[in-house]
Amino acid sequence: MSIDIDTARKVAKLARIRVEEADLPALAGELSGILGFMEQLTEVDVTGIEPMVSVTPMRLARRADVVTDGGYPAAILANAPDAREGFFAVPKVVE
Amino acid sequence: MTPNEMTIAAARDALRKGDLTAVDLTMACLTAMDAGDGLNAFVHKTPEMALEQARAADGRLAAGAAPAMCGIPLGIKDLFCTKGVASQAGSRILAGFRPEYESTVTAKLFGAGAVMLGKLNMDEFAMGSSNETSCYGPAVNPWKVDDRKLTPGGSSGGSAAAVAADLCLAATGTDTGGSIRQPAAFTGIVGIKPTYGRVSRWGIVAFASSLDQAGPMTKSVRDAAIFLAAMAGHDPKDSTSSTLAVPDFEAALTGDIRGQRVGIPREYRMDGMPDEVEALWARGIAMMKDAGAQIVDISLPHTKYALPAYYVIAPAEASSNLARYDGVRYGHRAKLAAGDGITEMYEKTRAEGFGKEVQRRIMVGTYVLSAGFYDAYYNRARRVRALIKRDFDQVFAEGIDAILTPATPSSAFGLGEMANVDPVEMYLNDVFTVTVNLAGLPGIALPVGQDAKGLPMGLQLIGRPWDEAGLLNHAYVLERAAGYVAKAEKWW
Repeated sequence: MSIDIDTARKVAKLARIRVEEADLPALAGELSGILGFMEQLTEVDVTGIEPMVSVTPMRLARRADVVTDGGYPAAILANAPDAREGFFAVPKVVE
Repeated sequence: MTPNEMTIAAARDALRKGDLTAVDLTMACLTAMDAGDGLNAFVHKTPEMALEQARAADGRLAAGAAPAMCGIPLGIKDLFCTKGVASQAGSRILAGFRPEYESTVTAKLFGAGAVMLGKLNMDEFAMGSSNETSCYGPAVNPWKVDDRKLTPGGSSGGSAAAVAADLCLAATGTDTGGSIRQPAAFTGIVGIKPTYGRVSRWGIVAFASSLDQAGPMTKSVRDAAIFLAAMAGHDPKDSTSSTLAVPDFEAALTGDIRGQRVGIPREYRMDGMPDEVEALWARGIAMMKDAGAQIVDISLPHTKYALPAYYVIAPAEASSNLARYDGVRYGHRAKLAAGDGITEMYEKTRAEGFGKEVQRRIMVGTYVLSAGFYDAYYNRARRVRALIKRDFDQVFAEGIDAILTPATPSSAFGLGEMANVDPVEMYLNDVFTVTVNLAGLPGIALPVGQDAKGLPMGLQLIGRPWDEAGLLNHAYVLERAAGYVAKAEKWW
């Protein structure tokens, strides 16, 4: 599978990573190389094999659906690049 | 011998007997750490905290019945969140991040009285095999054979360099595709990746959640047994953490493997494998045989598909895990231009904050999870993963107790030497280790010899799920037979 420049641009957009137009051809080439390496997987007969969900045969632990933690907004906000009045602050989301 | 050169076991015994104080031991390590700046292993030092912990440890030791890790100075990989101490995962995007909480592993270690000297260098978000993707610049291997600086491996490169150079007694590492075992092999130390679920992942910055496990990096197999016991155990905060009891790993080191069946997988004999790797493996097999083990040729037929499956699954999980670095809750936020909205903030922040390899893996993961490709790549890789695990299940069901393989395809290479190769070339470093993560098994790398240049070379033993005790005992036998004692000559 070869990745073209349009696909590389789309993937960067989906990943929310800004890639300059001039860098897209190199990115497309690198992604193509890596995906080419993965093409070997098509050689494997996987008929009747379920995709692995959990590597250990264990049921995930359950607990009652109740609040068990919280009540410290200052600690939650302590590392925020921009926190104001008890909230995370971000640029305008809608006009 | 200065105290920083001690093993955990020797220091524990000396501390308990009162021949050594935790403060003196910690001071020796702090001195070695400061003298070791040329290795770029420690990236955030915490000497005041270390001395405070050491004084507390001396109090506990004096009172008697202190745990084995009490007063033992450790280095902690930068991937572990440590309360109030920089925890950056080797990334610019977490610049300035000081967690408000403590990872379960470090909390358990501190609870047992261990001392933290500082945080250790690593590949960014644990993505790399040479420590060269770190935002701090690469850690350097204490081993060298000429003017070149060599890689300590990755991603736990700082941990490996610090232990091999005696800057600390031992260090924590994490292993998603070989990140404990490959650097251990490159630096002549011991590193164990436990069974998936043995050690809590809570508070460890996530890379690929179905593959990540933390483990100890130490100077001996006995130290690995002592250290692992202090890290392991059930944690309700990690839903994949096992409720199985943690055995006494040190007590399992009987040195007796007579009648045990050690499998030698034919698929690990790769084309183009260096003769020295082949010869080391043959020597390891002979040592296990001499110790009374029964050597059995086995087949793990899907081995060659492990790397491509891993490089679908790990980036897919990483793309999801790393979505949280958005410039809102912690870490770096890009400076915005007039009129930039939230999308520009995300895109600029992530372009500035993530290095090239991390960006590449996020985008590969995004692609294989995107509509139209999910089945062809991600689901196929998960099916192949099930087959890789089935290969191991079958040989264990046939009575194999442990599997012996090479740890790495070569000894340590020069920093910068792989800079211009295809990313896939670098990925080949994980060829012998990655199967173990995909199958969730315990694996240990230990030094067995040196190559013609004089660099350490390791072998890997793979164990049955949850049988770290048996695995460590096999490793203990191999360690004693190999008699590896070489240390890097100090140049730093």
